[in-house]
Amino acid sequence: MELLEFLIFDNLIYILAIVLGVILTVAYLTYFERKVIAFMHVRMGPNRVGPRGLLQPFADVLKLLTKEIIFPKNANKFLFLIAPIITLATAFAAWAVVPFADGMVLADINAGLVYVLAMTSLGVYGVIIAGWASNSKYALLGALRSAAQIVSYEIAMGFALVGVLVAAGSLNLSEIVRGQEGGLVHWYIWPLLPLFLIYYISGVAETNRAPFDVAEGESEIVAGFHVEYSGAAFALFFLGEYANMIIISALTALMFLGGWYSPFTGDSWIAQPSIFWFLGKTSIFLYAYFWLRASLPRYRYDQIMRLGWKVFIPITIVWIFVVAVMKVYHVGPWWN
Amino acid sequence: MTKIVRYLKSLTLNEIRKGLMLTQKYFFKRKFTVRYPEEKTPKSPRFRGLHALRRYPNGEERCIACKLCEAVCPAAAITIDSDVREDGSRRTTKYEIDLFKCIYCGFCEESCPVDSIVETDIHEYHFESMGKNVMTKEQLLAVGDMYEEQIAKTKQEDAKYR
Ligand code: SF4
Ligand code: SF4
Repeated sequence: MELLEFLIFDNLIYILAIVLGVILTVAYLTYFERKVIAFMHVRMGPNRVGPRGLLQPFADVLKLLTKEIIFPKNANKFLFLIAPIITLATAFAAWAVVPFADGMVLADINAGLVYVLAMTSLGVYGVIIAGWASNSKYALLGALRSAAQIVSYEIAMGFALVGVLVAAGSLNLSEIVRGQEGGLVHWYIWPLLPLFLIYYISGVAETNRAPFDVAEGESEIVAGFHVEYSGAAFALFFLGEYANMIIISALTALMFLGGWYSPFTGDSWIAQPSIFWFLGKTSIFLYAYFWLRASLPRYRYDQIMRLGWKVFIPITIVWIFVVAVMKVYHVGPWWN
Repeated sequence: MTKIVRYLKSLTLNEIRKGLMLTQKYFFKRKFTVRYPEEKTPKSPRFRGLHALRRYPNGEERCIACKLCEAVCPAAAITIDSDVREDGSRRTTKYEIDLFKCIYCGFCEESCPVDSIVETDIHEYHFESMGKNVMTKEQLLAVGDMYEEQIAKTKQEDAKYR
């Protein structure tokens, strides 16, 4: 009973705030994505629904929700429906441990980093199950590609996180951020620069976004794993994918850019740590997602594998040693 | 050796940085989009859109039912019936263009000896029920009456190049 009360009165409101916040952010992220890519294509992007097209996301949501969910013949209905739910649930669950500002975190657990890694990789089960349950060869191919890709990049991502773990000496995300206190130069991005790049690129690959979107690959396998999905089920996949993008961006900001800390030092208002610094840093990486998508063509499948296994993994292993040595000898402004 | 150099170079991500800078540059460029219903692209006087049948200034219809346009039409979109009018002149009793068959080639206009059938620059039109795609003589004449000024102007503009 006490647990229930604790859950409802203390946490429900935070959970609602986070979920609603993420859903709204996703809605405007789709708008933002279309605008950014349109601008890079020298077009205008959506500008019809509402002033400057600002109501476009709601029009899209209404459209998707009013459409019929079509079940393919001979598809396994249960798996077919559970797949988008898995994708979405894991994407939302990962938000539980993200510290928005000092102390502003739903679950301040010590294994936060591992938890996040687990949640973001569990999401791939949604993709695989969707591909399997759709009873379609394109969907199955997409799922297979996605599985192989995630297995490859998970390792590089994990090693990059080991680097962060070594640097911070903690798995708790809040602790990791606190280790970066003290302005721009104290952020882990400098000693961990290669790991930072690899983490972000692996994150792009893990969320199946361009240029690593072979799981969808419109030009090759139509839409990959979600080719058979329509209406609300498709909307859930969409929501999950974008929620994952936000979480990867948020984690990159937390682990490498000092989360809620200001890049400036001193006593003025601009040097105060606040949630806005965190949100701002997250938006930079969200922008980078779209920037990359507008700039790069899709990787060929074998090149993705090559990049993951032959480039990223060796670099991360080497750099973990470098970080360890730096830490042992108390190098720089980070560990003295 | 060159292989190693290339490998190390690729690690600097220089090529990708160049590509990203290029797209970023275009981000700030003026956009080419024409916001269609409010803005329109300029049209050539030779634009071939909706058909019209013209009249002489005194109100007499130009068409003399020579059926050249019907004969030349590559899509067989034009159907003409003709008869002798009370005053003894040869006139069409039926003049129909099926706009679904028409390929807007402009041959009918070229073939017409009296500049009767013309293609206007109207391209924003639609049909609301089945069968409305066949323009009757009355409709064609009505289009001609409504846009005579416009038609005369574009023909004038184009005349010096023909
Ligand atoms: S434009 Fe060409 S296809 Fe159309 S009615 Fe005239 S001759 Fe026939
Ligand atoms: S429109 Fe012109 S070409 Fe066609 S029948 Fe009439 S006069 Fe002849």
